[in-house]
Amino acid sequence: MSVLEKTLVGSRRYWLWIACLLLVALAGFLYYLRQLSQGLVITGLSRDVSWGLYVAQFTFFVGIAASAVTVVLPYYLHDCKQFARVTLLGELLAISAVTMSMLFIVVDLGQPARILNVLLHPQPQSVMFWDMIALGGYLLINLVLARSALNVAHEHISPPAWIRTLSIVSIPWAISIHTVTAFLYSGLPGRTYWLTAILAPRFLASAFSSGPALLILLCFVARKLTHFDVGREAIHKLAVIVAYATAINIFFLLTEVFTAFYSEIPDHEVAFAYLFVGMGGDHHLVPWMWLSFLLTLFALSLLLVPKWRTDSRLLIVACLSVFVSIWLEKGLGLIVGGFVPSPLGAITRYSPTLAEWGIVCGIWAIGALVTTALYKITFSVWEEN
Amino acid sequence: MKMTRKGFLQLSGLSLIAIAAKKMGARKMLRGAAGGSASEKREKTARWGMVIDLQKCRQKEGCNRCIKACHSAHNVPQFADRADEVKWVWKQPFEEVFPFGQTQYTRELNAGLPVLLMCNHCDDPPCTDVCPVNATWRTDDGVVTIDFHRCIGCRYCMAACPYGSRSFNWQDPRAAIPTVNSDFPTRSKGVVEKCNFCEERLARKLAPLCVEACEEKALVFGDLEQPDSEIRKLLRSRFAVQRKPELGTGPSVYYLI
Repeated sequence: MSVLEKTLVGSRRYWLWIACLLLVALAGFLYYLRQLSQGLVITGLSRDVSWGLYVAQFTFFVGIAASAVTVVLPYYLHDCKQFARVTLLGELLAISAVTMSMLFIVVDLGQPARILNVLLHPQPQSVMFWDMIALGGYLLINLVLARSALNVAHEHISPPAWIRTLSIVSIPWAISIHTVTAFLYSGLPGRTYWLTAILAPRFLASAFSSGPALLILLCFVARKLTHFDVGREAIHKLAVIVAYATAINIFFLLTEVFTAFYSEIPDHEVAFAYLFVGMGGDHHLVPWMWLSFLLTLFALSLLLVPKWRTDSRLLIVACLSVFVSIWLEKGLGLIVGGFVPSPLGAITRYSPTLAEWGIVCGIWAIGALVTTALYKITFSVWEEN
Repeated sequence: MKMTRKGFLQLSGLSLIAIAAKKMGARKMLRGAAGGSASEKREKTARWGMVIDLQKCRQKEGCNRCIKACHSAHNVPQFADRADEVKWVWKQPFEEVFPFGQTQYTRELNAGLPVLLMCNHCDDPPCTDVCPVNATWRTDDGVVTIDFHRCIGCRYCMAACPYGSRSFNWQDPRAAIPTVNSDFPTRSKGVVEKCNFCEERLARKLAPLCVEACEEKALVFGDLEQPDSEIRKLLRSRFAVQRKPELGTGPSVYYLI
């Protein structure tokens, strides 16, 4: 029997959840049909802010995908036994996150029907070419690894020897997907907000903070709904990883702020000024950026104290804060900051439209569906044992 | 010679890396290291460029002849909303185009004066490097051009252009074209477009429409590779500036202030 069939057996609650997700995905798809017929004019994008929520969400979820390395590395390289189960969950989460980021790119295209031109006319000098290879390869690696881990658990066999090699390869590969994604932005001459050598390290730090935070939250949900537990030890270790990554992420952000504002070079100050103070009468992102910054400080203070970090409830609050904070910073501010002010100094307000949010929610629902299905299979297989 | 599968894979992997390295770095590095060597090699081919004399340009206030000529011939749609705007040639105040082009005391001198803007047709354009499908490239004549039928609409080139020269068709442009010129293609929604230096006219040995439309002769077009061309003489005799030359893109549009 294929393990996939396990997704077809479930409680009423399971099917209700699946139905809800399908409904949201369908709504998103209907909005997307509207975008296909009318064009990207139904989004809040403009000539000046030509990338927005879609591309930002793409970036955020590449980070979530890359963060699987925070469980893969301790488990495979350091033989961290407590991570035996959570590692598989991390790899599965990476699969759905890569799927989501690919979908975010597809919905952002003006001519999606021509997407195969990317294969027909490959351009090695374009970072997007390398991003495609990195993401495609990463998806494949994680599919193979997860499939093998499930087979091992399902059929009580030992994994083939090359699986270990592949899991070691997946570590630098995970780093590469987020590095290449940062290079998409940091190599552009006119966008000073992105034109910084620390963009890739910043991406990695925020990924290793938001990714495991999400994984911890999913583990708590799983424990509540399925009585399935990855173990306290694993959660505590993950919490320490989130604490380190959050601290490093804040540190990186502050180094950026120092360079921009101590040098006082206008081109390097403006984007920060726009995002955190507002400019030209436009302040609509300011509260969100500060909320993001304060949430991450708050989360760090909870995570730094061992007594708080090991308290399940406080840990959930901290992880939620980290996730929301980085979602705001990376899933919204990062892209807008690159476009405002424009090369000609224009301040153009960007607010996503209802249709745009609808499409984004649709992709989130698809991501949740994939995650639910993959986790369902895993839990069923583990329950058999 | 018999080749094993492993050997074949290794060889093809290496070839891919070699091609990539060649495409990515070699051209830039050569140009950077040897200074003029790359342009010397190109000496026989043309590099089209333009000089815009701002004093002549502002002789007739509110004159938009060049813009009109360009936009009507190239089927550029007219959208009322600034967000949806598509433009090939347009005007913007001096201080926005050259924010650091004057001291704080001479600012009033040029404040608000309109400057004509278009694609700079850079010598080393960042927009063409990033295109994932080679839908935009620099021709041997130095024109940065777009294949409207290959563009997938990812807008990476818009993010890469440091001059804001590129426009995107957020919706079907055809309904917003006052009168369609059947000699030039209209575009579909979802593709990027911009000034093409009237490539279609250059092929017939004609100057760009904006140059022809300007009665004040404020626009001088010519071959930057020919030392005795009118444009080169002009650039030798007067102090000219380019937009953001410090980015190393090598704009082919020069301004006489």
